[in-house]
Amino acid sequence: MKRKLYDIAHSRAGDKGNTLVLSLIPYKEEDYPLLKEKVTAEAVKSHLKDIVAGEVERYELPNLPALQFVCRQALLGGVTTSLAMDTHGKSLSYALLGMEVEL
Amino acid sequence: MKDTIRIGCGAGFSGDRLEPAVILAERGELDYLVLECLAERTIALAQKRKREDATKGYDPLLERRIEQLLPILKKNGVRLITNMGAANPVAAAEKVCEIANRLNLSVTVAAITGDDVFRQLTGEETAMETGQPIADSGQLISANAYMGTDAILPALESGADVVITGRVADPSLFVAPLVHELGWSLDDPDQMGQATVIGHLMECAGQLTGGYFADPGKKDIPDMANLGHPFVDVSQDGRAVFGKVAGTGGAIRLETAKEQLLYEVMDPSQYFTPDVVADFTGVTLKEVGPDQIEATGGRGQAKPDKLKVSVGYHAGYIGEGEISYAGSNALGRAQLAGSIIEERLRDRFTNLRVDYIGSTSVHRTQLGTWPEPYEIRLRVAGRAATAAEAALVGEEVEALYTNGPAGGGGARKYVYEVVGIVSTLLPREKVQSAVTIRKA
Repeated sequence: MKRKLYDIAHSRAGDKGNTLVLSLIPYKEEDYPLLKEKVTAEAVKSHLKDIVAGEVERYELPNLPALQFVCRQALLGGVTTSLAMDTHGKSLSYALLGMEVEL
Repeated sequence: MKDTIRIGCGAGFSGDRLEPAVILAERGELDYLVLECLAERTIALAQKRKREDATKGYDPLLERRIEQLLPILKKNGVRLITNMGAANPVAAAEKVCEIANRLNLSVTVAAITGDDVFRQLTGEETAMETGQPIADSGQLISANAYMGTDAILPALESGADVVITGRVADPSLFVAPLVHELGWSLDDPDQMGQATVIGHLMECAGQLTGGYFADPGKKDIPDMANLGHPFVDVSQDGRAVFGKVAGTGGAIRLETAKEQLLYEVMDPSQYFTPDVVADFTGVTLKEVGPDQIEATGGRGQAKPDKLKVSVGYHAGYIGEGEISYAGSNALGRAQLAGSIIEERLRDRFTNLRVDYIGSTSVHRTQLGTWPEPYEIRLRVAGRAATAAEAALVGEEVEALYTNGPAGGGGARKYVYEVVGIVSTLLPREKVQSAVTIRKA
């Protein structure tokens, strides 16, 4: 069964220049292994292909637990000169949460 | 040395609400209040104001914030640390003294300077973002180094009631009182790592207490209209417990703390500040009571040899225009309008942005299938060298009233100056901080 990440995890978006940073935090700790398996850097890169032009790196934080995605060239130049509506990419946590995974 | 201290954060950005800080100062039983009000762009804009008027260049809200806070801070013996000095900390200190005189309060204010390294740069320094010399970005306006805790400590040691900085790393606003009061060592990377975790969790104020978090039905947060801002109790041994004033809105939960811990962090094992390269991967968060989260386990490695410098440059002007369509075929009419503008402007703007608000504007795409919205707002933006050229965008959109698709309403146009930011690195020893004391 396919489900949106929105159902099992939450996320916050942050920016550093033209780089978008997205956390992915399961509501239930027991869902962390599943997220780790399904939500790879490649899967996120593919899901956000119309938004993120550069590479996606993933960091694992088993302590929290959470995943962190660092997405390069994602903000049309970054907050100061971008022509985008959402220059910080603050709304993009919900783009990640729109990703569907097979459960 | 104290066993524990309490630090509150009453503002997390320049435009933040005013009253959460007042509530913290009044009822938070704080030792220190921090107001973090300085974004990268904010300081470049402040630098421009200072050039026009040498008595300006500090945060535009400083006067309103200080007028409300100063009597309460004095009454309760709470010390204030803030980066509202922006491009002119000394003028900010003088303004605080002027307010104190007016309110019949005696106050000692310490202004910290030295972050302004504009004169030290040649323009040949490499921009981290582009790999090219910083001067290639455009006409340079400002250059401010991120100073650290070592720059703030002398001001705390001076006994000042109010400490005003320009550009310092945001977490250092919190690390400094921890070092000063708890005797933590700048040379102990693990202590600095934990102190930086604390500062990082606090620095965005309401983002720890349910702001930038709520999602009704999914992540509910109570009484957001009266969102309380956080304080933290830090013990000598490094334990930190985050809380908020009883009766304020918002919530501190594991989920809000997890989101904030990772906010804007690139590699969580290497979070660079002037004080330390902090490692967040060993941090453990624990709920220890209602609206109480404990954080332990921040670590770190020795501080970097170089400091990051944020360089502001003139990036021209952005012009924007908007117009709305509603009802049957709203999206179709908006798209026709967008294509008309593109045809008329594409030769004059290398980079024209056409967005359909209500459909594909903030994500710049649509992920998944969604029903067509009832109304759509066309939004066009373009950047140009002059304000007059940039204004063309709004003028063309407005002209759609009589020359565009049926039922276009509510046109608006805007032009604003753009300050770009690039970063470079400067050896630490080239940045010399200084403290200036003003009394009222």
